[in-house]
Amino acid sequence: MNEYLPLATLLRLLAVLTLTLAPHVGHLPPWVSALIAGLIVWRGLTAYRQWRMPGTMVKIALALLAFVGVLVHFDGRLGGQNAGTTLLCVMTALKLLEFKGRRDVMVLIFLMYFMLLTHFLFSQEMWTVAYLFVCVLAVTAVLIECQHRGALSPRITLRKGGIMVLQALPLMVLLFVLFPRIPGPLWGLPEDSAAARSGLPDQMAPGDISRLIESDEVAFRVEFHGPVPPPSARYWRGPVFDHFDGRAWRDSVPTFASGLSSRLELLGEPVSYAIMLESQRGRWLFALDMPAARSLPDDAFIGREGQLLARKPVTERRRYELTSYMQYRLAPELDEHARKRYLRLPPDFNPRTRTLAATLRTHYTDDEALVTAVLRMFHEQPFVYTLRPPPLGRHSVDEFLFDTRRGFCEHYAGAFSFLMRAAGIPARVVTGYQGGQHNVFGDYYVVRQSDAHAWAEVWIENRGWVRVDPTAAVSPQRIEQSIEAALDAAEGLPGHLAARTRLRFYLEARWEWLNGRWNALVLSYGPELQQRFLERLGLDDLRDTILALTVLGTSILAFMGVLTLRQFAPEPVRDAALREWQRLTRRLARAGLPQRPGEGPRDYAARVAAVHPEWAQAIHHITQLYVRMRYLDDPDPAGQNALVDAVRAFKPRSARRRSWIRS
Amino acid sequence: MGSPLQQALHKLDTIILGKHTQLRLAMACLLARGHLLIEDIPGVGKTTMALALGRVLGLEFQRIQFTSDLLPADILGVSVYESREGGFRFHPGPIFAQLILADEVNRASPKTQSALLEAMEERQVTVEGATRKLPEPFFVIATQNPAQQIGTFPLPESQLDRFLMRIALGYPDPQAERALLQERERRDLLQEIAPAMTAAELITLQQSVKQVRTSPALIDYLLALIQHTRELPGLRQGLSPRAGLALRRAAQAWALIDGRSGVIPEDVQAVFAAVVGHRLVAAPERAGSTPTAEEILAQVAVP
Repeated sequence: MNEYLPLATLLRLLAVLTLTLAPHVGHLPPWVSALIAGLIVWRGLTAYRQWRMPGTMVKIALALLAFVGVLVHFDGRLGGQNAGTTLLCVMTALKLLEFKGRRDVMVLIFLMYFMLLTHFLFSQEMWTVAYLFVCVLAVTAVLIECQHRGALSPRITLRKGGIMVLQALPLMVLLFVLFPRIPGPLWGLPEDSAAARSGLPDQMAPGDISRLIESDEVAFRVEFHGPVPPPSARYWRGPVFDHFDGRAWRDSVPTFASGLSSRLELLGEPVSYAIMLESQRGRWLFALDMPAARSLPDDAFIGREGQLLARKPVTERRRYELTSYMQYRLAPELDEHARKRYLRLPPDFNPRTRTLAATLRTHYTDDEALVTAVLRMFHEQPFVYTLRPPPLGRHSVDEFLFDTRRGFCEHYAGAFSFLMRAAGIPARVVTGYQGGQHNVFGDYYVVRQSDAHAWAEVWIENRGWVRVDPTAAVSPQRIEQSIEAALDAAEGLPGHLAARTRLRFYLEARWEWLNGRWNALVLSYGPELQQRFLERLGLDDLRDTILALTVLGTSILAFMGVLTLRQFAPEPVRDAALREWQRLTRRLARAGLPQRPGEGPRDYAARVAAVHPEWAQAIHHITQLYVRMRYLDDPDPAGQNALVDAVRAFKPRSARRRSWIRS
Repeated sequence: MGSPLQQALHKLDTIILGKHTQLRLAMACLLARGHLLIEDIPGVGKTTMALALGRVLGLEFQRIQFTSDLLPADILGVSVYESREGGFRFHPGPIFAQLILADEVNRASPKTQSALLEAMEERQVTVEGATRKLPEPFFVIATQNPAQQIGTFPLPESQLDRFLMRIALGYPDPQAERALLQERERRDLLQEIAPAMTAAELITLQQSVKQVRTSPALIDYLLALIQHTRELPGLRQGLSPRAGLALRRAAQAWALIDGRSGVIPEDVQAVFAAVVGHRLVAAPERAGSTPTAEEILAQVAVP
């Protein structure tokens, strides 16, 4: 281990630091990124040009400024992962200000290892893991280099580091598989992480669903255990909205708990499947209409309007099994109170639509006939399904139905439900996902945010709630094929939906499959999956043993660590004279004159006296006493007392201040 | 200029100019009952220094010029048949003196070298079965030309160990060289110098070196230094226990010269390079990264 870093090693260390910090640039405030980059460049130049390192006051001031800056930037909250990571990055970079000897190198290297962990707070993709492996290798190589005298060629350190990382791999796999898992994310993922997530909105106004189409993020993946329902039957129910305020559809009474579910009669053949749900905002678990209550996961329930909900927000990826029935009767009886709620409309909105509803009512007394007539109207009149509809004014339904006639699924579902209510048929808007793309490699279906959809449900006497999808009447391709088939390519599809070549299609499917396996096998490896895995290995009975062994092993390691620490802790100074001498050298070190490792007391005193002639007398007196006590004679109490007094009387700081005034 | 020792050093300084440290090292070596190896090019004053030492300390001086045909008997002496006395009589060789200057030891054959080195170590010689004690004090200054020349036998590492110190003299600094050229011949000056002490006084001083105190703290420092040389990657082997003892004795002598009753770390540091330099064996595969004595001193903390 060398005390002073060769320039080449220092530059390599800075390069590795840049490598480990680089992925954070996206999350850090720009001024922090600039500050860190500046510090790294400055440290490199300082070493190269032999500039002076900053003094203590400068360091303290900079650290405080940076801390306050971060505090202000995050409005005083340092709890979230963004603020915490930013603070960690800034302080790591500031470490460069006092980056000199071996201790600083070790601190920085261990900070870098820790920094690698923080990347998982932001991304757990495969490429992140690959990148972090590269980083671990680089940090380890630098660690090896810093343990040697003189700079080493990266070829040697990278090879040695690579061997060490490879040797650690089996241990990593073992710990990954066997280390007892805790349910829930390890860090109790802070709130601000949810903001970045996309998902179905909590209300539906024109434009809310079409915004989601821009995202190619995966909402969930489905594996069917038997026959796969056709695309036109794959409606994945999400939030249901029963209240229209003139502009947006919302949920009048948020669904919080179970016990309010409507009566559900399941008919026909069951379809069973597993869903791998990505983390999202809200508590929605998605299911094919309608899931059987007996097949629900333990922490899920069916809400009043047939929605499937988890008891807690779905902040992390999860997998659940379900059985659904494609034929069902939902709430065959509707009480008067509910009926009123599903017919309520805000007054003074959309007069033309109300007139149309009244007209239709006079023509069709039968509810079902009226529904069919409206769907026919959508189909036969020149309605256009488009991602970029023109904006609508106050009477949005009127303008849409009679003027613009261009809309996306939320326009059709909203207008249809309004028309139904105006005609006296209980109706509501259902949002969720529709369809899903088959992945041939994994034989599963991917449902993306771009598959988000909105449709309507009307209540028909004796049949209960019946799904009606007006979008299907306008654009059957949307339902039977996919969104990109339904939309005109000329209107500028989002990139991920644009025309695909065969190769791109193949690569996308391959990549999607790989990601799916990664999610299913690695990222969702929680307590449940671990239990199943151990069961398959026949180790399930040993779970408690493994837990006990882990605790035992960790305790032993911690104990060994404490022992090692104690071994390296400085021994208490037994020699009384030496204790006084060290008191003196500490004071002089603070005044900028530390005793060099190989420097004897007499030489040191001479050096100090040469720099500060005003201390010469005191220093020589102390040194004389110390040398006599420690080397020349046997220690005697009188000499010891004289030494203690002399050291106590010596005040280099005040003397220094005096010398400033004098100069 | 109180004690005879200080007087002697002062007189030496007036003759050998600008070699303050080397003279004290040589004196410390002598006081520690060790022998001195000077490695330097010819003409920098090796012989003059040996002469001056002998003169100032009142020692009987002998010079042996080593050549390739020098035989052990040429150093130790031979028994010759004396017809007048009707028997053999031992004619002592030049080794029977108090101060020996062995010039260019690396020119002689290993056999002759080892005869000298054995005498140095044992302080006695055995010729034809009879053991004869060498005079006291007994001090050898050997010189060696550092440049590798054809027909020389550089002293092996194990033999170098017999010398307590190895020093180099080097060129005098410009000021000393000017004085050297301006003033009279040094050798002539030497004749006018009176001895500062007697051989008996010197022996007393050698005895008192052993009395110089080495405190536990100082022993800790010596141990740390020795241990460090054994752990350095640039060295094939570190200091032996004998080297440690030599270091302690030399430091004691240095403290005595400095007029101190105990050894302080600076004393160890002052003699360290001279005592240790020829005992550290560089690891050949790490040539270039061999630490110097100064580096070792800088790396080991004074406890």
